[in-house]
Amino acid sequence: MARNLFQKVWDAHLVGPLASGQSQIFIALHLIHEVTSPQAFGMLQDKGLKVAYPSRTFATVDHIIPTDDASRPLQDAMAEKMLQVLTDSTAAHGIEFFKPGSGTQGIVHVVGPEQGLTQPGMTICCGDSHTATHGAFGCIALGIGTSQVRDVLASQTLAMDPVQVRKISVEGQLQAGVTAKDVILHIIRTLGVDGGVGFAYEYAGSVIENMSMEERMTICNMSIEGGARCGYINPDQTTFDYLSGRPRVPTGDAWDAALEQWQSFASDADAAYDDEVVFHGEDIRPTVTWGVTPAQALFIDENIPNPEEVEGLDRALVTDALDYMQLEANAPIKGTPIDVAFIGSCTNGRLSDFQQVAELIEGKKVAASVRAIAVPGSEQVDKAARELGINLIFEAAGFEWRLPGCSMCLAMNPDKLNGDEVCASSSNRNFIGRQGSPTGRTILMSPVMVAAAAVSGSVADAREVFDIS
Amino acid sequence: MSQYSIYKISGSGVYIEGNDIDTDRIIPARFLKCVTFDELGDSLFYDVRFNEDGSSKHHVLDKPEYQGAEILISDANFGCGSSREHAPQAIQKFGFRAIIAGSFAEIFHGNCTTLGIPCVSMPAEDRQKMAAAVADDPDTSIIVDLENLQVICANEVFNVTMKASAREAFLAGTTDPLDTLLAQRDSIDAVAKKLGYA
Ligand code: SF4
Repeated sequence: MARNLFQKVWDAHLVGPLASGQSQIFIALHLIHEVTSPQAFGMLQDKGLKVAYPSRTFATVDHIIPTDDASRPLQDAMAEKMLQVLTDSTAAHGIEFFKPGSGTQGIVHVVGPEQGLTQPGMTICCGDSHTATHGAFGCIALGIGTSQVRDVLASQTLAMDPVQVRKISVEGQLQAGVTAKDVILHIIRTLGVDGGVGFAYEYAGSVIENMSMEERMTICNMSIEGGARCGYINPDQTTFDYLSGRPRVPTGDAWDAALEQWQSFASDADAAYDDEVVFHGEDIRPTVTWGVTPAQALFIDENIPNPEEVEGLDRALVTDALDYMQLEANAPIKGTPIDVAFIGSCTNGRLSDFQQVAELIEGKKVAASVRAIAVPGSEQVDKAARELGINLIFEAAGFEWRLPGCSMCLAMNPDKLNGDEVCASSSNRNFIGRQGSPTGRTILMSPVMVAAAAVSGSVADAREVFDIS
Repeated sequence: MSQYSIYKISGSGVYIEGNDIDTDRIIPARFLKCVTFDELGDSLFYDVRFNEDGSSKHHVLDKPEYQGAEILISDANFGCGSSREHAPQAIQKFGFRAIIAGSFAEIFHGNCTTLGIPCVSMPAEDRQKMAAAVADDPDTSIIVDLENLQVICANEVFNVTMKASAREAFLAGTTDPLDTLLAQRDSIDAVAKKLGYA
């Protein structure tokens, strides 16, 4: 029978049914970081359990790591303790740790793919909702809670409910100046923040197929913002080319065997889906958020919604969001002044993101009123960017070029908004307080749009600022 | 985590209004700086409850008449966003034993189940009645009956829904799956071998 990728990967990793009606699924790759895992090691210890498959778990440190001075001990004593507990726990259980300074450290969802750990057809999990990123390679990639991190450490399996699969096709072509970030923001805006509950999203169609792996990761990364359990893209030649030659990818005969296996996981042409939605690439324009959920978004040339025109409970949501954001109904979003510009995160902190921006900002200057920071997603991204001189272009334009980490995406390190500052951000969440200040305001957009806002001092259309057509 | 069957939970309730309440709001990221979950209860909904100088915003959770509430009532898509188990942990450590909402985000729902906090879904109209009842009389007793999928409050019976596997786990006392998972060692190893992971 024809099956989609989700069904094939699920079936291949099925250990068996559980009495609750759930299924026990083997986890091919487990990634951990310092925020959600130390407690799980504690739980193992309480139960006297060992890690079942230490060679299938990899650790990195990303959330709490400072991006200006990461020398040890870290200045924040609690951050230092979290890093130390992770270091000790991974050493005690024989788990490989991508330590700062090793050349391999970075945001967990940047590091997995760049090391070639993330491979098509795998089940992947991590105590982090943006694990969905790895779906770009044709994986079932799930964010889990700490108790489940414990389950995976102890058994290398998870108890899982089945999900439905919605195929989201983006057909046609994107207009000049429209990026992967705009596509996913548009999808979330259209289907809603809870539109994906109960679903895995399969992204398909010519626009997706023409995307690079880094763009595909941006798309899958934000599946969780649409409420989906995970998101994935079928593996193809672009996937295989990206993986070829990466450190953890098999070589020689083993590569040939792996390739054959990877290809076999792609959805069959006549596979059935529980739901299908089609978007047209031509319809999508650069998209930014105006509110406090990623679905509260609009095209750059649209006006901020009016609560009076919204029905039911959602009216209160719109009113509250406008209130918090200090924005006015019916006003254009374009021209909204910003205080901070942030380029980074597991959504848009990869080499191509910085490359794209560097080409545009060369010779331009960040507005005097704007504090602008660029934070590479990993030590490898940092190194590659430096080799290309990209850091210098950013610095010449008035950006600070920082050390790798999650940084202002969630502000668990010293990078934070102050008071009610407005941040043009390439990250994935604009929740109240997300960037470290309880009154801070986040406007999500693509890296290119952040650059345009940084240069203009206000939310701007990158196509106009950089003459893209 | 002890393993016993849960059929019913009763207690007084408190209503926290709003759709799409995310886990960053339930527990802001700066409180995730910890290596155990023990101290999280006090930080629940911190930025909604307290000003930056630590003074109270007199949020409903801090009103004297709602102290000791054990059932949290909220709206649609509760617990969306970050997968942090710190969120349900904080809810539990604060003293809540069950959540009634319009709907739940999936990772949050799974985390709650594992921790033994039942999550039941109720339509908007009925939630409004519940909200009115607890506003009227904060001591109103609420019974969340998992066996019959009903909530009984102020002499009214409301039908609720619950994910079947979660309900099953509460009734059977198997919300923590670890022992069940570990019992399958041989089958686990067989799958690992078959896929070339071992
Ligand atoms: S970059 Fe942001 S979303 Fe990504 S893992 Fe770090 S904190 Fe989470």
